[in-house]
Amino acid sequence: MEHIEKTFETRELTISMGPQHPATHGVLRLVLNLDGETVVRCTPYVGYLHRGVEKLGENRTYFAALPLSDRLDYISSMNNNVGYVNAVEKLFGIEAPERAKFIRTMVAEMGRISSHIIWLGTHVLDIGATTPFLYAFREREVIMDLFEMLCGARLTVSYPRVGGVRNDISQEFLDELYDFVLDFPSKMDDYETLVTENRVWKNRTVGIGVISAEEAINWGLTGGTLRGSGVNYDVRKHAPYDVYDRVEFDVPLGKNGDCYDRYLVRIGEMRQANRIIKQCIEKLPAGPVMADAPKFTLPPKDMVLKDMEHLIHQFILITKGPTVPEGEVYMGTEVPKGELGFYFVSDGTGKPYRMRVRAPSFVHASVLPRLCEGGLIADVIANIGTIDIVLGECDR
Amino acid sequence: MNEILQSFIGQVSNPWLKLGIDIVIILIKIAIVIAIALLHVAYATYWERKVIGHMQVRLGPIEVGPHGLLQPIADGVKLFFKEDIIPADADKPLFYIAPVIFFISTLTSLSVIPFFNHFVIADINIGLLFLFAMSSLGAYGIVISGWSSNSKYAFLGGLRSASQVISYEIAMGLSLVGVMIMSGSLNLVDIVKAQQQYPTGMYFIPQILGFFVFVVAAFAETNRLPFDLPEAESELVAGYFTEYSGFRFALFFLGEYTGMLIMSSICAVCFLGGWTVPQFIMNALPFLSKLPNIVWVLVFLVKVYAFMFFYYWVRATLPRYRYDQLMAIGWKLLIPLALLNIVITGLAKILIKG
Repeated sequence: MEHIEKTFETRELTISMGPQHPATHGVLRLVLNLDGETVVRCTPYVGYLHRGVEKLGENRTYFAALPLSDRLDYISSMNNNVGYVNAVEKLFGIEAPERAKFIRTMVAEMGRISSHIIWLGTHVLDIGATTPFLYAFREREVIMDLFEMLCGARLTVSYPRVGGVRNDISQEFLDELYDFVLDFPSKMDDYETLVTENRVWKNRTVGIGVISAEEAINWGLTGGTLRGSGVNYDVRKHAPYDVYDRVEFDVPLGKNGDCYDRYLVRIGEMRQANRIIKQCIEKLPAGPVMADAPKFTLPPKDMVLKDMEHLIHQFILITKGPTVPEGEVYMGTEVPKGELGFYFVSDGTGKPYRMRVRAPSFVHASVLPRLCEGGLIADVIANIGTIDIVLGECDR
Repeated sequence: MNEILQSFIGQVSNPWLKLGIDIVIILIKIAIVIAIALLHVAYATYWERKVIGHMQVRLGPIEVGPHGLLQPIADGVKLFFKEDIIPADADKPLFYIAPVIFFISTLTSLSVIPFFNHFVIADINIGLLFLFAMSSLGAYGIVISGWSSNSKYAFLGGLRSASQVISYEIAMGLSLVGVMIMSGSLNLVDIVKAQQQYPTGMYFIPQILGFFVFVVAAFAETNRLPFDLPEAESELVAGYFTEYSGFRFALFFLGEYTGMLIMSSICAVCFLGGWTVPQFIMNALPFLSKLPNIVWVLVFLVKVYAFMFFYYWVRATLPRYRYDQLMAIGWKLLIPLALLNIVITGLAKILIKG
């Protein structure tokens, strides 16, 4: 009898998740090779939202490139602005006045809360719980309204300026912000009641996407994604800018480096951000909000409209840009997603010779294959959520 | 009403005429049940959106009609007039027939649900088995739709659904065996009547294990959160009906909500006493027995809607399980529990009788 050996040929199923997919947080594209439900290989493709922000920055004066930083991570534009102006100030060698520094710290932490709360909502929504997502927008709306009150814009704020902030804050703003700050911890308790000890949530996140401390450093992770693995690195602590060295806050750390620990870290960060805002309001000094450095800062608008010298001053700065010392400078700031770095090479003209953005989302997107391979499709979703990427920043 | 009809039919001597009258009566019953059921399905969606809306600090539909009451009708009209897109590479005959299979199988289940003592289209003695058969048949609609769409997302959704429905069908069937043992019947009307005679009036108290298994399995059977993996929108876009649009999509949608209605009805009939209230309440409040029949239909509806509310409540609260966890719950937790329940119920029945 003839023995026929017939082995069935099986193939991996390749699915293209994205760029249009409900859970890829924008236009991330993942090509997944599946063996049943198991992910064998995961290849991220980025660049669908590329706008050439770095190149655009090289064709604008340092003042005019500020709004570009809004459009990096459009969920936390305030933090990007703060990062940008800090880097430019470092290059110019000027320093913002005390009051402006406090205001910047305060609004940056508001941006952190609004960004983390979006992260919480979408991450939880991806895993299937709809209610925290809508609760999250309730709190975000308050912050958006406060931003609108502050500078007229809600999303792309461009509020901080090189050498300070655009305008002083009103007492009304401070009062409303203080109410929010006092109320916020109880809102956080709401989320934690729904999510933190939820068994289904723990089943979906504990032990998923584990990355050890050493590996996390090697991949270049920063922010909550790094601290979830237990690495105590926070730019606000290690290279303080603005007034982070004068406010008290803790850096929440995870242990296991899984999705659940990263979740706890970011929840903790929101509470700490709230604490920082409270201290900033209480310690806010009086004084000017713009540095007294006429060569690098624009003159006050009302003087420009009245006075010839100020008009010429403004005209020169806007058209030619400031005269900048030659050299290069890197400044990293802690944005909600991780360490956002701005690197400028100056050739002495009013425009940067090279502007480079170190985008945490880009670095974090590169770790996705490491996290996803070997897991199930459902874990891919959890992992995309947990690294907290925004494609506007990733693709630049 | 029924007696009058019966006596009228009894007077008719021609057997063909008799058959004709029977068929007409059944058709009228079917028309009434389908019309009412679809109306309920439509307003179940409205109620779901309202309930979940208020749970999520928003209002739900509010614009169309007073308090958005006409929203389901507007949705239906919209879906009806939408373009019916069929993917170029789809297996067309199967693509056409899949939503029909799904919808018809769920709708057919309605025929054995007793809304009231005699108001049931088909008072058959294997009602419970018929329900299982129909709900398994619905899985074919899902699998075929996933296959014929020729889309990988739909395909994965269909596969997930097939394994999920098969696994949970077992747990669900076993969970109701306890009820069968206690009532000694597969006929749903008899089950309700047996329950009324039982001291607690409702089977969910002695059958608490079975009730638990049934509730969990019912969520999985109807693809609802936390077990909505076949249509997990964050993973598989929309699962098996990703490629469907317009009225074909509406058939899936209606089928799913009819499925929820049926699961709630089975729960009400088998565990919550159907249209009856427990005997001890009837004895305590004698005027209840003089109430018109329509009240008891309402009692049944209240039980059904209470269970539907539970569906919505869970949806607003829980995240989604992962595929392997879903299977683990089905095979390692629910089926052993259901078997244990059968053993306990059987032993108790023997001990009490003997």
